[in-house]
Amino acid sequence: MPIEVYLNQIASGVLTGLIYGLSALGLSVIFGVCKIVNFAHGEMMVIAMYAALLIFRWLGLDPLVSVPIVGALLFGFGYVMQAGLINRLIDVPDHMQFILLAAIAIAMVSGCLMIFGPDAQNVQLDYAYDSYEVGSLLLDKVRVFAGIAAIAVAGLLAAFFRWTWIGKAIRACGDNITGARVVGLNVKHLFALAFGLGSVCIGAAGCILLLLVDVQPFLAVEYTLLAFVVVIVGGLGSLTGALLAGVLIGVSEALAGLLIQPSLKSMFSFGLLIFVLLFRPQGLVGKRA
Amino acid sequence: MLKLWLAEVPPRGKLYLALLLAALLAAPLFVDGYLLSVLILVFYFAYLGQAWNIMMGFAGQLSLGHALYFGIGAYTSAALYVHLGVSPWFGMIAGGAFAAAIGAFIGALGFRFKIGGVYFAILTIAFAEFTRILVDHLLFVGGSGGFFLPISGRSSNDLWTLRGAPVMFYYVWLAFTVGVLILCRALLSSRLGYFWLAIREDQEAAQALGIDTFRYKIFAVMLSAALTACGGVLYAFYNNNLFPSAIFSINRSIDMLLGAIIGGVGTLMGPIVGAFILTPLGETMTALVEPLKGLGAKLDGIKQVFYGLCVVLIVVFQRRGVWPWLWRRLGLDRGEGR
Amino acid sequence: MSGLTVRGISKRFRGLQAVKDVSFDVPEHGLIGLIGPNGAGKTTTFNLIAGVYAPDEGEVTFGGQRLNGLRPDQVCAAGIARTFQIVRPFGELSVLDNVLVGCLHAEADVSAARRRAGEIVDRLGLGAKRDQVAASLTLPDRKRLEVARALGTKPKLLLLDEVMAGLRPTEVDQMVAFFREINRDLGVTILLIEHVMRAVMALAQYVVVLNHGEKIAEGTPERVVRDPAVLECYLGEEAV
Repeated sequence: MPIEVYLNQIASGVLTGLIYGLSALGLSVIFGVCKIVNFAHGEMMVIAMYAALLIFRWLGLDPLVSVPIVGALLFGFGYVMQAGLINRLIDVPDHMQFILLAAIAIAMVSGCLMIFGPDAQNVQLDYAYDSYEVGSLLLDKVRVFAGIAAIAVAGLLAAFFRWTWIGKAIRACGDNITGARVVGLNVKHLFALAFGLGSVCIGAAGCILLLLVDVQPFLAVEYTLLAFVVVIVGGLGSLTGALLAGVLIGVSEALAGLLIQPSLKSMFSFGLLIFVLLFRPQGLVGKRA
Repeated sequence: MLKLWLAEVPPRGKLYLALLLAALLAAPLFVDGYLLSVLILVFYFAYLGQAWNIMMGFAGQLSLGHALYFGIGAYTSAALYVHLGVSPWFGMIAGGAFAAAIGAFIGALGFRFKIGGVYFAILTIAFAEFTRILVDHLLFVGGSGGFFLPISGRSSNDLWTLRGAPVMFYYVWLAFTVGVLILCRALLSSRLGYFWLAIREDQEAAQALGIDTFRYKIFAVMLSAALTACGGVLYAFYNNNLFPSAIFSINRSIDMLLGAIIGGVGTLMGPIVGAFILTPLGETMTALVEPLKGLGAKLDGIKQVFYGLCVVLIVVFQRRGVWPWLWRRLGLDRGEGR
Repeated sequence: MSGLTVRGISKRFRGLQAVKDVSFDVPEHGLIGLIGPNGAGKTTTFNLIAGVYAPDEGEVTFGGQRLNGLRPDQVCAAGIARTFQIVRPFGELSVLDNVLVGCLHAEADVSAARRRAGEIVDRLGLGAKRDQVAASLTLPDRKRLEVARALGTKPKLLLLDEVMAGLRPTEVDQMVAFFREINRDLGVTILLIEHVMRAVMALAQYVVVLNHGEKIAEGTPERVVRDPAVLECYLGEEAV
């Protein structure tokens, strides 16, 4: 095969991987601050995809345009979930929180199934088959847009955490909850905000992903697992780590489809996850704790 | 032996236990095929929940990948039976040993590299998923197309090859469920059991008291894995078809531990109580949505939404599980619910 | 050489020198105090002996056996039991079961271990609370439970990390009497970290003083409290 084929695959893997990274960022923010492993991650993502799908069908809005709308929706959802439910259960052991979120996930994915049915659905965009030619590379227009959007949302989030007062306060909560309480921060409110912001990432990632793939209720679990892989490989709490790991997984999936059987692609991801957990638990980019 | 075993059970508890056992032994005489299958499902959840509970409830190690051990048992025994004609009971030994070895391997990796809590749980998921995709490509067990056991005539029951009618499976599952309960009771009052509880409560303190925490955690994983694999064997011979996407799926892992957690982690009756709550709950949901049958797959959705919400409610209102609460309500209270 | 010998041990945490070149001996059947202001490296020294950390330099031996590099459970098997300054009860287990776990180290048979656990619980005045879950105990009772659990392992050497803190003076006196008794009657060697000077003066035959991770003095309690270097480090701390 000519080298261009590989380069094209790699480029499209990079762009898809950026969405994986953005989605994983949502998981990372929620775990980093609230110490909650969001087992309903993929389900929330699927809900975001359906929301974008409906907006497209009813209002004809491009999923990229509906990112702010779906983001706001998911923010509200995340905030309420943390404030109304999880905050009451902050002191329960890990497995209880896990089962709570797993049960919420079951209800959510079944809700989607109930409303939308099991079939795959997608949006038809008029620029779906356009592409850019960069040198010998052929880049799908949707993928380029998707990649740029993912970077933009991730950048906004980073700026929020770095420069705004609330962003700093949330980070403080994540670093040291007792300290945050001592200086008078409203920890529960900030936790809920963090869960909301993580959900914004999930929502945005869902919208953007809808450009590239069909939405189906049963894919939720795969998105959850994928986000786990990306977060752990990239290093928890590291924004660049999540994006880089997303890209790494995206590229590896794209190449696996070309070099070996496509169905084996996630075996590589899980292999990488096991490897990283064992030998570099702080992630590829993260600092040693 | 039996006396010792029941030592801490209050008289009224003994009565309830005896009544329950008698009712379950006699049940096949009275119930129809559907109810029998529901009860088998209850045993399935109770047995596997109990096996999972050894690792989490006793030794405090959270596994979210028990479908792996289940699948190892199911596939090992099915492959031995289909290809070599080996009895499932030998398949159980082989599958149990295989699962224990894999469990020891995963445990050793995780514990040696000091991966704890949530990260260990994710490691177990990763191994289960890895194996799922691997088995998808193992053609001698059918790959992703599924692996099928020859279906027997339902007239004759052959216990040796586990080919027969649902009633036979009912008693086999019941025996395993009771057996694992007795085993767990014995473990809890043994030296090993106390070491596990100490490790669950505080590893560092346990180690300071001379407990080789690494070794005992590995024991817990191995035993839990082997028992789970035995459950996989029964499942394989009861259901006669195996698909990697269903056998190794994370949903199966969640199903296994849901009952134990709802019933009460670390308690002996918890997994059984959880199974008796969740299975009928699911079936009731099915019955309730029966009139809406025309909806097809959407029907399943409605049922599962309620199921999920019920679990959420139980978690919110009974954080330690239903059994400690039920224990008091049944008038068995004489300290902590066991 | 029986007893515990500590020779030139050092431990550094990311540039922070927690313990530096500390040496001392704990003779068999001895009752030795380890004192010093907060952050002096006392608990780190304990952790180096108990196998929680391996020393960067130096050597710890007990009854001629080298302890460096052993895990905590192996150190316990060598006959050394310790309590934790920040108590670590097995919260969901009953008081008796807590102690039972310790006893199972020395006794394979569960019912024999349970009997002995009962005796120990009684001796430490926890008898009335034996069936309570440990999480429900008050702090002084939890400190007692730490001691009871450690004693369950039948140690030759007991490392006590501030077990008197928070006790009332009469309770301190009871504990002092108790430790003297097990030291005298059972021959248990004791090394204790203590802030309650009343207890140290009453119990210890010999005292080692640490400050900033280094040994600054040692001797009989009477001599040590008059040592100008010791006075300075304590007064210096209070002046802050």
